[in-house]
Amino acid sequence: MTRVSIKVDGVEYEDDVEPRTLLVHHLRERLGKVGTVVGCDTSNCGACTVLMSDADGHQQGVKSCAVLAVQADDREITTIEGLSGPDNTLHPVQRAFHEAHGLQCGFCTPGMIMAAVDLLEENSDPSEQEIREGLEGNLCRCTGYQNIVRAVRAASEEIRRSGGDAEPAAPSPLAGEGHTPDSGLPRQSVPDETIPQPVP
Amino acid sequence: MIPPSFDYAAPTTVDEAVGVLRDAGEDAKVIAGGQSLIPLLRLRFAAPSTLVDLGGIAELRQVREDGDALVIGAMVTHASVLRDPLINEHLPLLVSATETVADRQVRHRGTFAGSLAHADPAGDLPAVALVLGASMEVVGPSGRRVVPASEFFVDYLTSVVAPDEVLVAVRVPKQGSWVGAYEKFNRVAQGWALVGVAAMVRRDNGSIAEARVGLTNMGSTPLRATATEQALAGADSREAIGAAAARVAEGTRPSDDLLGSADYRRHLAGVLTRRAVASLS
Repeated sequence: MTRVSIKVDGVEYEDDVEPRTLLVHHLRERLGKVGTVVGCDTSNCGACTVLMSDADGHQQGVKSCAVLAVQADDREITTIEGLSGPDNTLHPVQRAFHEAHGLQCGFCTPGMIMAAVDLLEENSDPSEQEIREGLEGNLCRCTGYQNIVRAVRAASEEIRRSGGDAEPAAPSPLAGEGHTPDSGLPRQSVPDETIPQPVP
Repeated sequence: MIPPSFDYAAPTTVDEAVGVLRDAGEDAKVIAGGQSLIPLLRLRFAAPSTLVDLGGIAELRQVREDGDALVIGAMVTHASVLRDPLINEHLPLLVSATETVADRQVRHRGTFAGSLAHADPAGDLPAVALVLGASMEVVGPSGRRVVPASEFFVDYLTSVVAPDEVLVAVRVPKQGSWVGAYEKFNRVAQGWALVGVAAMVRRDNGSIAEARVGLTNMGSTPLRATATEQALAGADSREAIGAAAARVAEGTRPSDDLLGSADYRRHLAGVLTRRAVASLS
């Protein structure tokens, strides 16, 4: 077991993990961040995309099935669950996917949205071609790409209009019952000892 | 799938990394960005006893100028290559080829040196390193050695780096008056190259004075197309370039698989070479 300290969606977690634990499994199974999904077994689909800080502290999109949890030690992660504001207002990219119908079955959506946030942070006014290339690491098997691209265009306009950037809003470090750490799982079915406690 | 169990070490210096590798034996494996290794672990095609993570060694994240070359540390990611001012100024071929590697997320984690050490013949950057005349700085228990790219790749997924050695940096001569292009053919956006061609030329009075052509996925290692390189010297017309490009597959043994027959790959190599060289006029 290796001790790791990872800040996820604004909350510090310290855990002992097996070195072979993939970041996505750590997020989902230990921290209850089940908003981040596993889509494929080959690092192709991008459904598990989260933002992770690099050595310089700059957050960028990564496929969390291709990162070991131990490699995320001392890093900061933002998942789809950390995008909305403290009062659950949607991030502009989330709102645009909702309004432009940028999803069909919805399985690729968490990764698509995180990849779009990452892209818009680098390029706040991408062309359609730049969006398609920027999202090439994310597959939508419903093939709903037209509306996904429209949603990202709409989000970029909204972000520029509001003068904000694509930085995720700071989530509350003490999210209420049912939000963290067990997210959507019914609380009574989760053994207490499996629930990590946020470091104050 | 879940990777097999392994021990994990996160050294903070190169010496410490070499020490761990020496003690861990030949089943230990170095991990940089992990974008090739972690998928292999998940498929259980690799089962290292110990993973030695270079991520904590700060000096390996540097790009520095050293006379007429740039020295790119082992932990410099593809994304860092794309935005590094020195690399953009002196190695535009490396930048344009790196843009075609995988996808944004993978480029954020994957490293230039890691893609060379992985020695996948379908990887884009080995052929690029070959034509750029790169050399690899490898550190092991008996010290540091420098291996030219032409001697670095041994076979499919095999380089000269020994189990107790670490590829710490890649030294790449500045392009100077050489211009380069990388042409890649793949079936889907993020796919591996079915065939790739890295071409560099130096022009003199309108005609090609010297040329280098590197091939991705035309054999078990990246290759130089020497017949085409010689035929390109002095080429001053589209016809001459086309005739030289048509010889690019001479002596190659590309694989014959579901994605394409060997003949198809030889044909593609000729087309891509013609396009790459023609784009440099």
